Amino acid sequence: MIPAEFEYHKATSIQDAINQLGAHEDSKLLAGGHSLLPMMKLRFAEPPTLIDINGIEELRGIRLEGDTICIGAMTTENELIESEILQQHCPLLVEAARLVADPQVRNRGTIGGDVVHGDPGNDHPAVMLALDATLVLQGPGGERQQPANGFFLGTYWNDLQEHEILVELRVPVIRQGVGHGYSKLKRKTGDYAVAGSPVVVELDGDVCRDIRIALTNVAPMAIRAEAAENVLRGKVIDDALIEQAAAEVIAACDPAEDLRGDIQYKSHMAAEMARRSIRAALQQARG
Amino acid sequence: MDNAAEVQEREDSIKGVGCSRKRKEDARFVQGTGRYTDDLKLPGMLFADMVRSPYAHARIKSINKEKALALPGVHAVLTADDLKPLNLHWMPTLAGDVQAVLADEKVHFQYQEVAVVIADDRYIAADAIELVEVEYEELDVLVDPHRSMDDDAPILREDLVGKMDGAHSKRVHDNHIFNWQAGEKEATDRVFEQAEITVKQEMYYPRVHPCPMETCGCVASFDKINEHLTVHLTSQAPHVVRTVVSMLSGIPESKIRIVSPDIGGGFGNKVGIYPGYVVSIVASIVLGVPVKWVEDRMENISTTAFARDYHMTGELAADSEGRIKALRVNVLADHGAFDACADPSKFPAGLMHICTGSYDIPVAHLNVDGVYTNKAPGGVAYRCSFRVTEAVYVIERTIDVLAQKLGIDKAEIRRRNFVKAEQFPYQTCLGWELDSGDYHTALEKVLDAVDYEALRKEQQEKRAQGELMGIGLCTFTEIVGAGPSRNCDILGVGMFDSAEIRVHPTGSVMARMGTITQGQGHQTTYAQIIATELGISSDEISIEEGDTDTAPYGLGTYGSRSTPVGGAATAVAARKIRAKAQKIAAHLLEVSENDLEWEVDRFKVKGVPGQEKTMKEVAWAAYNNVPEGMEPGLEAVDYYDPPNFTYPFGIYLCVVDIDKATGETSVRRFYALDDCGTRINPMIIEGQIHGGLTEGFAVAMGQEMPFDEQGNLLGNTLMDYFVPTFVETPHWETDYTVTPSPHHPLGAKGVAESPHVGSIPCFTSAVVDAFAHLDVTHMNMPHSAYRVWQKVHELGLDQHA
Ligand SMILES: Cc1cc2nc3c(=O)[nH]c(=O)nc-3n(C[C@H](O)[C@H](O)[C@H](O)COP(=O)(O)OP(=O)(O)OC[C@H]3O[C@@H](n4cnc5c(N)ncnc54)[C@H](O)[C@@H]3O)c2cc1C
Repeated sequence: MIPAEFEYHKATSIQDAINQLGAHEDSKLLAGGHSLLPMMKLRFAEPPTLIDINGIEELRGIRLEGDTICIGAMTTENELIESEILQQHCPLLVEAARLVADPQVRNRGTIGGDVVHGDPGNDHPAVMLALDATLVLQGPGGERQQPANGFFLGTYWNDLQEHEILVELRVPVIRQGVGHGYSKLKRKTGDYAVAGSPVVVELDGDVCRDIRIALTNVAPMAIRAEAAENVLRGKVIDDALIEQAAAEVIAACDPAEDLRGDIQYKSHMAAEMARRSIRAALQQARG
Repeated sequence: MDNAAEVQEREDSIKGVGCSRKRKEDARFVQGTGRYTDDLKLPGMLFADMVRSPYAHARIKSINKEKALALPGVHAVLTADDLKPLNLHWMPTLAGDVQAVLADEKVHFQYQEVAVVIADDRYIAADAIELVEVEYEELDVLVDPHRSMDDDAPILREDLVGKMDGAHSKRVHDNHIFNWQAGEKEATDRVFEQAEITVKQEMYYPRVHPCPMETCGCVASFDKINEHLTVHLTSQAPHVVRTVVSMLSGIPESKIRIVSPDIGGGFGNKVGIYPGYVVSIVASIVLGVPVKWVEDRMENISTTAFARDYHMTGELAADSEGRIKALRVNVLADHGAFDACADPSKFPAGLMHICTGSYDIPVAHLNVDGVYTNKAPGGVAYRCSFRVTEAVYVIERTIDVLAQKLGIDKAEIRRRNFVKAEQFPYQTCLGWELDSGDYHTALEKVLDAVDYEALRKEQQEKRAQGELMGIGLCTFTEIVGAGPSRNCDILGVGMFDSAEIRVHPTGSVMARMGTITQGQGHQTTYAQIIATELGISSDEISIEEGDTDTAPYGLGTYGSRSTPVGGAATAVAARKIRAKAQKIAAHLLEVSENDLEWEVDRFKVKGVPGQEKTMKEVAWAAYNNVPEGMEPGLEAVDYYDPPNFTYPFGIYLCVVDIDKATGETSVRRFYALDDCGTRINPMIIEGQIHGGLTEGFAVAMGQEMPFDEQGNLLGNTLMDYFVPTFVETPHWETDYTVTPSPHHPLGAKGVAESPHVGSIPCFTSAVVDAFAHLDVTHMNMPHSAYRVWQKVHELGLDQHA
């Protein structure tokens, strides 16, 4: 329960943080610390240097730019929940943040840390997939934009490059005819998902123009259930189609068995969460 | 004001028995000024940390301390070899076995203590344990107790090979600990052979951990000059610890002081003596400075005492009307690698033979085999008197199964079998004398309160619609207040308890007991007992426990024994004081003792209004004007050896709805009626019941300590181990009846464990009931969503249209 020895540096700006990452071998950024510090206390991770990015103001805050919401990587879960911009323009993020961990963790844990950490149990990666978000990353070579779809490669493995920092997340505002749904099954307060599923649906009249069904904690990383989406896209969604999609969700799952359940249970729960989210999203899209 | 009102006012001002006085402990706890073991910081204090085994069963080939010793700030690294010359590498357990203090040549369970590092601070100690190099040779692991006595099972305890005389019985296999039986086997078997109806149900009561908020720890401080040892530790039984430490170390008890400061919950986890305590004491004696050892959460869950782990088979024989003719119970008990159960010496399966429950059962037989496996030792009572939770679980589950088989309602079958009010005191066929009870009245009260008929009707409708609703019932009898020294002792010390009360000249009181509060509110309730007996306001009565230098010897607090035993000692000691006070009052009023009568807070001369002396006046006189020949002062001690246990009971009813899609169970209603005899502080009773129900909910719905095939403990953090928060915890409805104990000085029975004991089978009863129409008779705990869903899925109830 006591981490190995490490050095601590406080970064003053994004550039300073990038420089320090370069200067200290194997160093790690410290955001909210609620994934990193537990791993260090268990000595699963022993980074020699921590670079604290909590003091960098440019990494915080939520602003609206036209049809896009820009969320600083260091914005905490509780700030997401309390944001009027999100409540109005992106209810999915608010709902998802409410179901992350417990109030203490949400006070410090950040959306950026949650997205890049790489634990398949983290909620935000799947939410970013469903929202079709864009990640703004900055490294020694400058800034680049990367779609969330394609960023997550495996457990503790993503497309973040050496000495790169996630600076901002960009998500589209919800429009007329679009609906969000989020469902997460957990054993108790403060637990990671047994299975979770954020869904975004776009309707054209009664027809599903597009749908994104993402899944949390039922594969090595957050995934899209594309076969399930294909069942529904271009159709008038009814119960029978939802059941077909649910069967595709089960087929898409590749969870690790643990105390939360075996492969069968987790896959079925993913399907159930998807069902619930699809229904909720449809209801919202229909207005 | 008329006389009656004036008397009532005085009565109220005393805040005695029956008053919902606010807890005296809370002021310091809610302000963060409680003082726990880990708060203690002594000058020059060092820290101990344990090197633990990653393997469940392995031979230790070598231990290399060099690198750890080279780390600046490390004072010592001790292994079994270092303790051997002191003969402290093994220690006796409370169950007649021995236990390795530090692993001696072999490790027997994962996380077993292999070496201890003593360092300047806990950070250095944590770094140093990583530097101790231990080479292991892995051995075959024994996880399943059903395999323990197989011919080809790996032998765990090489120290016991060939020693077939166990502490409790002959051993029939090297991995066998004991066989223990109660009742009449042949007579029982005969009834079963001839019975109209028999049922048999296997069930597993999982290994769980009490998981107190504060983990175990100690600060040992040996004063080399005065050869005096002081140990602050998280103990539910500080006096017993002093005796054991003296026996192990050779230091006279008069030079050992054990202090249990504020304790953040015990629930049985803090009864035993742990290797951490022993090595801290040894290190302090060797190094001459104080040494602190405090477990982290994972160490607490993984190594200090677990509870339960009973594989049980319950069988009932009955007539076609459901009247029980015989009970047969078989148990395979998994005790882990050392038998460190904390039970009265004579009872290796605790008070399991209370398993006839609340029922009038003519004949019964109980058979328990204890075996070794590669798991941590323990087997304590987790918020229950010794193994009573297991006993209640097996009878309550089995009677449900009988009801189901006969198609009799589960409330009705209980009505037909209850011991009747007029049968008390009732001798059970397994040897207990139930002191008092009125089960029928209590059951009807609960059924009326919840409108049982309406619930059953609703359930019918729900079932017709394919929904899962369950109604659970548990009508339990507890056995608490261990116990009469004729059948209860710990390491040979009778299980009495004690109180010492001093009334000061100005009439305030200081009292000390041999018990120790850990959330039960003794400072509040013991004062109320004395207040009523002596007519002094409980606000002027201070209660102190836990310091062996000042408190009288007692066996401590567990098994709901404080009120039945310590509370009785308190009442009797107070009565001794009142008897002396009466003599002094008679002397002051110049009348005969027999001319006086007691009224709330004073002695009055019968029939002579105005001629009276208050207890305060008498207290003053006790120090300056006592009758000739009487010694001055006003104090008394009582060591109370109870004539019998007490038998609290309760009727619990639970209604659940199950989500077929996820397996989640929602507890819609939980109604708990408790009868603990005389109620000393109703508010504290209510709090204890809420706490016990919540812990029962935790056990039934989520707690377990699963092991993989290599003996690795899975789920030893609070991420996995289920400790419910307010979010998960159901709403509790409480109720009561009062059937005083005829033999307890106050008629009180003890209550804190009833809600735990009674609620667990009630939850199982409810969950199973949701599936009862599909011929499901039992489902093992925990009733997590995952497990319940597996049943739903197996029955094909989750098919979507
Ligand atoms: C009890 C408990 C329950 C939890 N339950 C949930 C849950 O239900 N759902 C869930 O999603 N999470 C859960 N978490 C995790 C929690 O949400 C973490 O806060 C989150 O995963 C990581 O965010 P952080 O800000 O704390 O990051 P940190 O722990 O500080 O960092 C995590 C990793 O991300 C890196 N990092 C952080 N920020 C950046 C950045 N801007 N650019 C590049 N790298 C960065 C760090 O270097 C580190 O490797 C739980 C945690 C706890 C302790």
